[in-house]
Amino acid sequence: MSCAVHCSALTKTYPGKPPVEAVRGIDLAIDEGECFGVLGPNGAGKTTTIEILEGLLEPSSGDVSVLGLNWRDHGARIRQQIGISLQETRFSDKLTVAETARLFRSFYPRGLRPDEVVSRVGLEEKSNAWVKHLSGGQRQRLAIAVALIGDPALLFLDEPTTGLDPHSRRQLWEIIGQFRSQGRTTLLTTHYMEEAERLCDRVAIVDHGRVIASGTPRELIAQLGGHHVVEFSLTAREGAEQPPSFWIDLPTVVSCRHEGMAIHLTVTQPHRVLPALVERLERRGWELASLVTRHASLDDVFVTLTGRALESDVDSDDEEEPHE
Amino acid sequence: MNELPGSYERRQHPFVSLIAARVREFIREPAAIFWVYVFPLIMVLALGLAFRDKPVGGFTVVVQAGAIAEHVRQVLTDDGRFRVSVCDEAESRRRMRTGRAELLIAPGADSPAGYDYYFDPTQANSVLARQLADAVLQRAADRRDAVTVRDHAATEPGGRYVDFLVPGLLGMGLLGGGLWGVGFAIVDLRLRKLLKRYLATPMKRSQFLLATMTSRLLFTIPEVLLVLLFSHWLFGVTSQGSYWAVGFLILLGTFEFCGIGLLVASRAQTIEAVSGIMNAVMLPMWIGSGIFFSPERFPESVQPLLAFLPLTPLIHALRSVMLESTSLVSLAPQLALIFAWGGISFALALRWFRWN
Ligand SMILES: Nc1ncnc2c1ncn2[C@@H]1O[C@H](COP(=O)(O)OP(=O)(O)OP(=O)(O)O)[C@@H](O)[C@H]1O
Ligand SMILES: [Mg+2]
Repeated sequence: MSCAVHCSALTKTYPGKPPVEAVRGIDLAIDEGECFGVLGPNGAGKTTTIEILEGLLEPSSGDVSVLGLNWRDHGARIRQQIGISLQETRFSDKLTVAETARLFRSFYPRGLRPDEVVSRVGLEEKSNAWVKHLSGGQRQRLAIAVALIGDPALLFLDEPTTGLDPHSRRQLWEIIGQFRSQGRTTLLTTHYMEEAERLCDRVAIVDHGRVIASGTPRELIAQLGGHHVVEFSLTAREGAEQPPSFWIDLPTVVSCRHEGMAIHLTVTQPHRVLPALVERLERRGWELASLVTRHASLDDVFVTLTGRALESDVDSDDEEEPHE
Repeated sequence: MNELPGSYERRQHPFVSLIAARVREFIREPAAIFWVYVFPLIMVLALGLAFRDKPVGGFTVVVQAGAIAEHVRQVLTDDGRFRVSVCDEAESRRRMRTGRAELLIAPGADSPAGYDYYFDPTQANSVLARQLADAVLQRAADRRDAVTVRDHAATEPGGRYVDFLVPGLLGMGLLGGGLWGVGFAIVDLRLRKLLKRYLATPMKRSQFLLATMTSRLLFTIPEVLLVLLFSHWLFGVTSQGSYWAVGFLILLGTFEFCGIGLLVASRAQTIEAVSGIMNAVMLPMWIGSGIFFSPERFPESVQPLLAFLPLTPLIHALRSVMLESTSLVSLAPQLALIFAWGGISFALALRWFRWN
């Protein structure tokens, strides 16, 4: 399988006092036909990286090739084959959705029918509405429509679902899924770990301008050692204040950390931890305030790797499914 | 619902669709329509009326009540150039003192058939009123003119303030159009990240710039026509020189100010920055380039500076063509200066221009 996007030793330093090293050496190899996610907290360097790949920013150093071509010599050819949506674009307020789509369609020698793209993102009812009168989520969908209009082989989406309601977000996942099912490549950034797990074949977790982990979501979670997380909190202060080492000797526990009042255990076999945990609590006379067991997620990976929680505002619509 | 590969639709040319988009945005913006099309007409109307050259007349005369009063009132009223009222002595004098009358006519103190004139010898209108009223009254009393004379009105078209104003307003429109329509519009696109978004498509940058200029020209044509037609209809303003020459100057001026607009927009990253630059660029020209009054009224020392402003040669050329029918050839120095402003601005703008 050939590479749709490839970059190596990519760096970008914004001049200034002091200069900002936004990207400090990123290597990516994105295969044709896959959906690749770049994950990271605010300021990690996601937008900077993706804009370099889109040919909108000059890297300070490093090599980029897109669809086997480099930007310097083949910019025009690459642009005909990619579709992008920037993190923030405000289309002309006084053009309608359909007019905006037609305008962008005219820029591409080959592409889709504007009305077809508008209905694909679910905006056909708003087709004759001015952009000014669209909601935030509808504007986001227009941006996706405009990204698709040139019938691209490769799609770059910078935080496509930020600010969308759960329904719109799922709709967008569907559009991207459909795009991938045609064998085309998507590169997206997000700070919703859960979105990456759902949507992406592979992800790279970026922090402070570096890739700190990459692989399939499954592989990354497997790196944690355990695939499950037991999360509980106690009514007794004394219990809550025990150091992690107090819990680590429970059977199959791989790691332990505190998050506020809650204690997170990464475990390989929940069905063996739980009886032991309950027994220990009973012996001490501590009562459970809450108990949840769930699959480990990329959030857990991020916390394990950086010691920081990724995003407290993961207002995800999908309840983390407790199991057992 | 998937589009089958190969079922591609023919597309509009990007140049055409960019212009169409600009035109749509423009006509959907009532404020823009007002400032570009309505405001110049209001200026023509307001300033044209305010500085209208009125024929001398309408002198206010009071006649002191008495035996002669009715005769004098009759004669002066019939003449048509006087507004006459009859008052008692006290009231007549009060009117003269407070400047509400320019001439007081009272029965002659020496001869009962004669008149006494009271007027203000320091006021031109007062002196004139006295002379005119006297001539009319003397003639009514059968005075014969010694020689025969005939009067000819000699108000030349093109000599009025409104004739002077129209070329100035045309120049002001081009200045505003270039700076707002090109400069401000481009910075707005940059702030919206739309410029960046355009850059990521196969559309060529030159097509975008050319389309921006062309749509500017499209908006300018009705603007110019409206001002010319309106001022012609209302005040009979016409061009002494050829309208082709006027059209050529409009084209050249559009080029010049599109270039300057582009230069202003080439780097500005915020609305505040571009507004500041635009004001700094426009203000000296509004005052010093002769839109409303001739730059020759400024002190000798700043004249060369004013002559060098981008708008000054354009308004000068428009005025020379429209008022004096000057040929474009003899305006070569002005045309060269306009062209240089435009060309240099374009060159610098293209070199410095920031797309993202
Ligand atoms: N034009 C710029 N000039 C200077 N510094 C910049 C510029 N753009 C971004 N940065 C800095 O570079 C770093 C990376 O920014 P970037 O926008 O790539 O982050 P991000 O991962 O996309 O964040 P977010 O999730 O908030 O979108 C940040 O520290 C930011 O402040
Ligand atoms: Mg970003």
